Amino acid sequence: MRPVIQFVSAALALTALAFGGVPSAVAADKPDPVADAKAFRNFFTKKFPQVRLEDFVNGPYSMNEDMHRQWEEKEQFPPYEFALDMGKEMFTKPFKNGKSYADCFPNQGIGVRQNYPTFDEKEGKVVTLELALNRCREANGEAPLSYVKDEMAALTAYMAFTSRGKPFDIKIPDDPRALEAYQNGKRYFYTRRGQLNFSCATCHVQEPGERIRAEVLAPALGILNAMPIYRSEWSGMGTTSRRFTTCNSQIRGVPLEPQADEYRDLEYYLSYVSNGLPISGPGARP
Amino acid sequence: MRISALSLATALLMVGATSALAASPESDFKTAYAAAEAANKEAGSLRNQWTVTAVALAAAKKAADAGDFDQAVAQSKEAEALARASIYQATSEKDAWKALEIK
Repeated sequence: MRPVIQFVSAALALTALAFGGVPSAVAADKPDPVADAKAFRNFFTKKFPQVRLEDFVNGPYSMNEDMHRQWEEKEQFPPYEFALDMGKEMFTKPFKNGKSYADCFPNQGIGVRQNYPTFDEKEGKVVTLELALNRCREANGEAPLSYVKDEMAALTAYMAFTSRGKPFDIKIPDDPRALEAYQNGKRYFYTRRGQLNFSCATCHVQEPGERIRAEVLAPALGILNAMPIYRSEWSGMGTTSRRFTTCNSQIRGVPLEPQADEYRDLEYYLSYVSNGLPISGPGARP
Repeated sequence: MRISALSLATALLMVGATSALAASPESDFKTAYAAAEAANKEAGSLRNQWTVTAVALAAAKKAADAGDFDQAVAQSKEAEALARASIYQATSEKDAWKALEIK
């Protein structure tokens, strides 16, 4: 009888040990945004020791001295200037009901771009600036704007301009859904897709500074700080939504609908890991 | 003699059944196209369709509309292969993405 009891005790002890180990295994897998952001920043600053931290927000122009000079010249007569004027006009013009965008945002929408995307705890989802602008329109009886066209780019350009120099300050509240959204965004960033089998990281982590055809690839650190951007390749302005969907189609993947949960989460992740870097939007890119 | 008649009848029946089962080029296309569409739909449920699959599906449809069913079947099979590759990619990337993560 005794050996049986000993055997059962040993089995129970082993079981307890096994289950005792589970929480630490789970803890090891738990997303740690603070550690991620630190590792992200370290990776790029080690890879490009000659680039000042705040200069990463200038994308390809931070990677190459000649390009940097070109960019400085371009900034004398920035190609996004028309969008800025249009955005300011749109932003200040009241809706048909007399209200305006300013009524939908903290601080009347001025100097708040660095806080977007936010996590809406009521909805349990990430809300980007583009989404917040369209929700504002709809709440005031206006039709939503296309997420990939000039009007949305103009509005976000103006709002970004009022935040220039302010550091990205993305918050992840103490809510498991926020952490899940962050983790989903991270997974999307590193997941290979499309017939070319590229992830976002393939270009913007593994190959920044290198050329893909005629383009110099931007580093992922600070990549959203300059949004929206005027792209010479597009001969016009582009929103974050346009950038994400175009990236997908360039690697021969069918893009998701703009502002799909995946893109919202991706923007949340990418913005968070660039916390502390200044907003430089609207930007100009080749 | 009786056995031979029976054999002949059986052979005739088999020939008849085979020709009844033999698919026309159009039905071959329909089968191949349906398989490709189903695979592409599965890729869609994984949020991982490829643009080239849609291109091959459209080419298959265009060839079938022009009556070129050999080409239509070939394009459908190409589309199915591409869709299956995108499904494989989405499935394997469920864990593989972690290998690229900055740590």
